Formats: sequence, C-alpha cells, structure tokens
Amino acid sequence: MSHHPQPHAKPLGKARRGFRGRVHTIDVHGHANGTAAELERRLIELGFVEGARIEVLHEGTFGRDPIAVRVDHSTVALRRREAMAILVT
Amino acid sequence: MSTATVSGAWHFALVGPPNSGKTALFNALTGSRQKVANYPGVTVERKAGTLQTPGGRSVILIDLPGTYSLRGRSPDEEITRDVVLGRLAGEPVPDLLLCVADATNLRLALRLTLELKRLGRPLIVVVNMFDIARRRGIEIDLDRMSAELGVPVVSAVAVRRLGTEELLRRIDATVTERQIAPIAGWTAPGAPELRAAQKEADRIIGAAVKRPTQPDTLTTRVDSVLLHPLAGLLILIAILFVMFQAVFSWARPLMDLISAGFDALGAATHELLPVGLLQSFIQNGVISGVGSVIVFLPQILIVFLFILLLEDLGYMARAAFLMDRIMGGAGLHGRAFIPLLSSFACAIPGIMATRVIDQPRDRLTTILVAPLMTCSARIPVYTLIISAFVPETYVWGWINLQGLVMFGLYAAGIVSALGVSFIAKHFFWREEHTPPFMLEMPDYKLPNPRSVAINLMIRAKMFLQRAGTIIFSMMIVIWFLASFPRPPEGAQEPAIDFSLAAMIGHAIQPVLAPLGFNWQISVALIPGMAAREVAVAALGTVYAIEGGKEAAEQIGQALASKWSLATALAVLVWYIFAPQCASTLAVIRRETGSWRWMAITFAYMFGLAYVAALITYQVAAALGAA
Repeated sequence: MSHHPQPHAKPLGKARRGFRGRVHTIDVHGHANGTAAELERRLIELGFVEGARIEVLHEGTFGRDPIAVRVDHSTVALRRREAMAILVT
Repeated sequence: MSTATVSGAWHFALVGPPNSGKTALFNALTGSRQKVANYPGVTVERKAGTLQTPGGRSVILIDLPGTYSLRGRSPDEEITRDVVLGRLAGEPVPDLLLCVADATNLRLALRLTLELKRLGRPLIVVVNMFDIARRRGIEIDLDRMSAELGVPVVSAVAVRRLGTEELLRRIDATVTERQIAPIAGWTAPGAPELRAAQKEADRIIGAAVKRPTQPDTLTTRVDSVLLHPLAGLLILIAILFVMFQAVFSWARPLMDLISAGFDALGAATHELLPVGLLQSFIQNGVISGVGSVIVFLPQILIVFLFILLLEDLGYMARAAFLMDRIMGGAGLHGRAFIPLLSSFACAIPGIMATRVIDQPRDRLTTILVAPLMTCSARIPVYTLIISAFVPETYVWGWINLQGLVMFGLYAAGIVSALGVSFIAKHFFWREEHTPPFMLEMPDYKLPNPRSVAINLMIRAKMFLQRAGTIIFSMMIVIWFLASFPRPPEGAQEPAIDFSLAAMIGHAIQPVLAPLGFNWQISVALIPGMAAREVAVAALGTVYAIEGGKEAAEQIGQALASKWSLATALAVLVWYIFAPQCASTLAVIRRETGSWRWMAITFAYMFGLAYVAALITYQVAAALGAA
C-alpha cells in the first residue's frame, strides 16, 4: 500500500461535521507499533475499506470528539485519534 | 429440561455481529427454555436454549457473544471463536452455524459470513429484521444472495411469532450429519484477507440488494437531536434523572413490602419456635439474612429494565458517545457511565451492568470504582449521623446545611471514584495503550417486550441464585459472629456485648482509635458488613436501645450525647470509602471470577477509608471538635 497519499486525500480525523467523501486508504503508520495492525483490522471490520462512502454525521460536545460517521449504510462512532488513520477524499 | 448433553440432541450455534438481533432471534427460537451460566474460568455468559424443529429434531442452541470476526480480541470473542471452531473444552462441536445478519445493515455480517464459510461447516445465513428492511424499501434477492455466497440464506422476523418458521424448515433440510471433529488449521485473518472479504461482501450486496436512493433518515433525524452537542447531553441527563427517580421511588413500595414480609415471617418464626439458638438462627440468621438480599431485587430489576430498554432501543451506544470524552478524562470508557450511575442505587446491579463494557481492563476499572458511588444503603447511615450532628440551618438564607453535607458526601464519592480510576489507568495499567473507542451505532428500534421480559427474568434468577448463595453464607457468618458465645444467665447487657463480634470490635478498637471510633462503633461495623444500613440497627443494639430501626430518632439522641463532632465526621467519611458491604464484595468476586480483585477492592477501599477518616478526625479534633 502506498504511504504517500494523493495530495487531495485528508485524514478523516480532521473532517468536520457534514463532510462527505470516500475512503481512499487506511494508513496506520502514525500509530504505535503494537496497535497499528490491530487498528487496521478493526477499522476494516467496521466497514472502512477503500471506496466506502463516508459522511461525518455528528461531533461530540467537547473538542468535537468523538465523531459519528456514516460508512455506507451503517453508523460508527470513533475518536478522532483513530480516525486519523482513515484517509478520505 | 436439561441443557446438558442429552443423547440425541443436536448442537447449533448462533453467530453474528453486535446489534444483528441475534439475541432476539435466540429468544424467538427458544422462548423461556433458556439457561444462562458462565463458561468455566471466565465471566463470559453461556446462553443455551432448547428447541424442536418441524422435523422432530431436538436442538440445543447456543447464543454466542456478538463479534465482527473470529479473531478473538476480547474474552467474549475468544469464546465465540473457540465454540465455532469446536475447540472449547466441554462444548460440543456445533452441527450447524447460524450467522445472523441485520437486513438493513448487511455489510459487516456478510463479511463475517464469508469468514465462517471458509471453515467448511454447515452454515445458514439468517437475514433478520426482514420486515423493517422491506418497510424501508430495501429489496433483498435472497436466492441471488444465496447463489453468490454459496450458502443457504433465509429471512426471519425474530420479533414476530411466526417469523422463524421458514428458518426451522430450512434447518431440517440443511443439517444432515453430525459434526464431531474440531476444525483444524485455522488461522486468524489478517488485514489483506479482511479487506478482500469486505470487498467481496460489498460486491454481493451490490448484486443482490436494491436500496432506495433516499436512505432511512429517521435515525439520522432523531440523532440530530439526541446527539446534539448541547441538547443531547441535556436529554441524557433527563433520562438519567428519570432512571434515578425510578430506582429510588418506584422500588421503595416493593422493597418495603419485601422487608415487611420478611419481618412478619421472622416474627411468626419467633412465635413458633422456642426461645433459644434455633430461634435466633432462623429469625436473625436465615430469614433476615435472605431478606436483606432479596430486598435489593426491585432496584436491580428497575436498573436492568432501563438498561435493557436503552440497549434495545439503540440508545446505549449514543450515551457512550456523549459521555466518552468526559469519562475518558478519568480513564474510563464511555460505556462505564450507565453502570456507575446504577451504582448510586446499589453497587450490585451496577457491577452486574458492567457487562456492557467489552474491554476487560475498562470493565475491571469500572468494577473497582463502582462501590465508591454513594449507594442507597449509605443513606440511612448518613441521615442518622447528619440529623444528629449537623444543625438544620440555612447557608446564605436558602441552602439547607444538612442537605449540603449530604450533597458533599455524594460529591466526595464521585470525585474519589474518578480519582481512583485515573490513578489506576495512569499508574498501574500504563503499559496498556488507551483502548480505542469504536462502536457501531445501531438504528433506533422499538424494544420487543417479550425479549425484554425474558432477559429481565434471567437477570432476576441469576441474582437470586448465584449472588444469593454467596451473600447468604456471609450473612450466616456474620450472624454467627454476632451471636456467639451466648450471654451468661441473667446478663443485663445486650447479647451482642458477649459475642465474638464484640470481642473483634474491642480487639480492633485500638486500631480505629486514631479515627475517634469508640468500641461501640467498632462493634457495629462488624454486623454492618452484612449491609451498610445494618450498622444503624447494630448501633441501636450496642447502645441497648430497643426497637432497632424504628428507634432511629432515639439512636440519634444517644449518638449526639456520646460522640464528639469529630467522631461523627470521621464516621461519615469512613462510610464514603469503607468496603462495608459483603454483598458487593461477593458480586465482585463473581463478576471478576477471582478472589484477587475482591481482595484488592477491599484493601484499597479500606485504606482510603482509614486514611480519610484519620485525617478528618485529627483535623476536626485539632480545630476543637473533639
């Protein structure tokens, strides 16, 4: 997998409420060694695969964290920290 | 109906992601023919039930913990994996796997299906909540899906009586032989396999499912209010307020009824039996011991009713979402919120409710701090001491000082719980990475009353059977300590003065003296282990006041004349922290499956209580309140 995302791909962790797009890649390189592989598998199990449609539906009260994200037809809540591993376009 | 290995019974296992309506399907298939126990050595629940197929086959069905994959990230998921693979000791190899999928949300379940298919065992996909999908205009071509997956696919409506007939017929056609051998050579899928499987699942959905261009917006619209940064929090607080009220006020009449019933039973026994040891044992040991446990049942049922309704409605994931940041600051999981709140009623249902937390570490932290929340059993102790020592005056003209002290005691409980979990997270478990908070937020659904009733019944049975036995035996021990040896003939003092409890009280009094505790307090603490409020009655006994709880006012007067203010404050502070509840300790032992965590809870709470009461007494005494 390429670790040089295209210039227009940005981490979901920085997306604001109302953002719509698609999953471009999962890049867990910013995460600690012991957790990166597990995080990637977990994100895939929750439906974050390349091409899945994304919409940021809700943001938490404090620091806009966590976020609730529509992934195709299901909704997943996650913290922005983990959402940084999901690059979206 | 035994769920042990009846000769001839077939073994089927229900697998599926969380929120797929797996348990509703399990309830629909097995009704009340269920048995809940724990898998040996772990706190994972083993839910088994029996059913008959139209073909006359008798089946033992196991409802496995929900999972997105067989990778086994938590103890629950490991159980699912091991049962499915047929390698859990004592569990038969399943003859059939039923993979449950939510018809409105097929992606994740179909990926799991593909993972299960690799095992090469008989498998049926049950597309559940088919009616809801149809109402939303989702068209699912079951034949096409079945052809693409290479697995039989059946629709079901678990909440309707006849919603599972087709499934039962299909089972008879699919299952032809028994499976004996465990599955060998299985390896956990890595990210590439998971990704490929998800893409294949998405392809199948693309071929077999037609969705309306307009997705279901009801859940999104409700969420725009319930997850609103401000309104959402206020609604959560309102829901909790109602729950809190219900636990206190709805349970009260039932609890009064139960204790009155046990009092009457005790009195009747008192009349029937000759004065002596047997009478005391039956009345004070057995009847009041059992009564003091069963009296918690209404509160436990109400807490669980709320939890089950909120969970089935789909709100629990939202509450976790709203509270995650607040709880996270103290090192707790968003899901710890409801269990901790329930602990205000009683730590026992609170600790039992921690089962909603899937991370074992987070669950353990929550269990450790739950007893610090001010439970209702502390209220009699607090009110007695406050009314005896705190004047009923007003601060700034409108704040009742007694109420303020009460509030302070509650706040102290909350702050210390957050503090302990913070310390546990950052100093003891720091090698662990903060587990990510990631959970699916299911669409809102109306809870099914039958399913809720079945689950409620199971909780009640579990509490009475299992906690009951441990708590009950502790009650017997405490009765024994408070009753032996017997007072000599013609003794004027209360019988408890001659007992082992009194001896222990006298023995530990020097240890408690720096806290300003006299020997009477020390003695009362021992029966107070049965339940905190028993200490009130015990104080009445040691101060030789007839009438126990009814004489609370008299006890108050006695205390006011015999205790210093510093002592009273120290006792209050002691009760914020002290592990003064055998029942809670027994439930911690059961829920964590280890004596170690029970001992740790006892030790840290005792330590906190001692230090805090010591500081309180010494400071108050130095200020002249002794």
